[in-house]
Amino acid sequence: MSAASAAIRFDEVTLGYGRRPAVHHLDGEIPAGALIAVVGPNGAGKSTLLKGIVGTLKPLEGHIRLKGSASGIAYLPQAAEIDRSFPLSVYDLVAMGLWSRSGLFGGIARRDRTRIEEALAAVGLTGFERRPISTLSGGQMQRALFARLLLQDAPVILLDEPFTAIDAKTTADLLDLVRRWHDESRTVVAVLHDLDMVKRTFPQTLLIAREPVAWGETPDVLQPENLLKARRMVEAYDPHADVCHRNVA
Amino acid sequence: MLDLFYAPFAEFEFMQRALVGVIAIALGGGPVGVFLMLRRMSLTGDAMAHAILPGAAVGYLVAGLSLPAMTVGGLFAGVVVAVAAGLVSRFTSLKEDASLAAFYLLSLALGVTIVSLRGSNVDLLHVLFGTVLALDDNTLLLLASISTITVLALAVLYRPLVLECVDPIFLRSVSRAGTPTHLIFLGLVVMNLVGGFHALGTLLAVGMMMLPAASSRFWTSDITMMMLVSVLIGIVSGWSGLLLSFHAELPAGPAIILSAGAVYVVSLVLGREGGLLWLAWPGRHLEA
Repeated sequence: MSAASAAIRFDEVTLGYGRRPAVHHLDGEIPAGALIAVVGPNGAGKSTLLKGIVGTLKPLEGHIRLKGSASGIAYLPQAAEIDRSFPLSVYDLVAMGLWSRSGLFGGIARRDRTRIEEALAAVGLTGFERRPISTLSGGQMQRALFARLLLQDAPVILLDEPFTAIDAKTTADLLDLVRRWHDESRTVVAVLHDLDMVKRTFPQTLLIAREPVAWGETPDVLQPENLLKARRMVEAYDPHADVCHRNVA
Repeated sequence: MLDLFYAPFAEFEFMQRALVGVIAIALGGGPVGVFLMLRRMSLTGDAMAHAILPGAAVGYLVAGLSLPAMTVGGLFAGVVVAVAAGLVSRFTSLKEDASLAAFYLLSLALGVTIVSLRGSNVDLLHVLFGTVLALDDNTLLLLASISTITVLALAVLYRPLVLECVDPIFLRSVSRAGTPTHLIFLGLVVMNLVGGFHALGTLLAVGMMMLPAASSRFWTSDITMMMLVSVLIGIVSGWSGLLLSFHAELPAGPAIILSAGAVYVVSLVLGREGGLLWLAWPGRHLEA
């Protein structure tokens, strides 16, 4: 794989909080147009990895190189971080996806209104336009956030546990959108826990447990010995840990 | 009978000026108050209103009851406390509300002490409760400028302000506007408090911001409407408070805030969006 076709490249990346690594020495690349699942136990650094890619967390060491700019990334964090009590309509929440085009001041043109309506229809929320976001159920909120992702129209899409606590019907609908993005040659990286879903839908998988355990074609990665290895990760950090000297010449 | 409601304004120039002043304050303070409330910063506004006092007091010490000196002093002190409280909460384990409480108590005590160094009790009352019935041309101009700047700035910052409240992570992932937006917003809060300070004093200035905003939440769940309702409540409170003070011979500043308080209590009980009455008797449930 040539460097030019990599959407995201990791050069010996270590991400963490304070001096403690949460992702330790990740090296490799995600090719443009890949549909890749990131799996691993809780605390394995999956969310941290996405924060590193989107740029809200700077690597402690190494570099993350993006093919385009960071604005070409659409990022769906774990849902709990949105203020649902804010007096905002579903329409306005979804319309925020046009940010990269409208920016701080730009208006929303008629063509954009059509796109917003199409996005709402694509996630099955037609008729919800004027509803305040406080009245949405968890699944409806996730549908609205997917509509916002649709409008962002980004070449790279990062999803952090998008189907946690979401019912089967909604999951199936939203998974169709993920497949559609893949067909449109967008790069999709999704943090997931449902290994059956990963096997069915995601051709590639990164199994991570602070250290990358396995990375490649999904059937090869999700072998019992790899999963066992990931499960043995020690979650608690060692208070007497030594300074890491890997890669220091 | 009806002339009770407008005659004082037709007859006396100081009443006209007071009305123009409170309308200007309501226009800027209403929307700023709504954003303070939605950002869960209502008490921050209160603390910053007190923080203005020592600055205005130093201005007073230097130049007496001078508009520019007290305005500059107040703006300076307000910004210093906002930034200092932010830094303390960011770099120590003290939360922002606790550090603001510390700063505002310090400011209030310091301010009252500074005014007492030179002035009489009349001056102290002037600083603490304002002089809405004695607004001169320059003060009116200042109040009008502040509300103009505020409305324009909010129109420009509207989108990132809303986004930063609802979904700060999304804003950070698409733009770097978050931090500057927050700082400019704090600047607007300080400006409006300094304006309100001239009319209503340091203790009540925040009343024209938070009471209309808190009341508006009970009438609508749309943020644009909330700002409009809040401005409207501010104007009505100012108007009725001035009348109350005129007819009942009450001090004007407190009468205005009392009127705003009355609107708040009525909204709390009757408001269509979660008012107590509707909570107690919601009516039978619907089909769907």
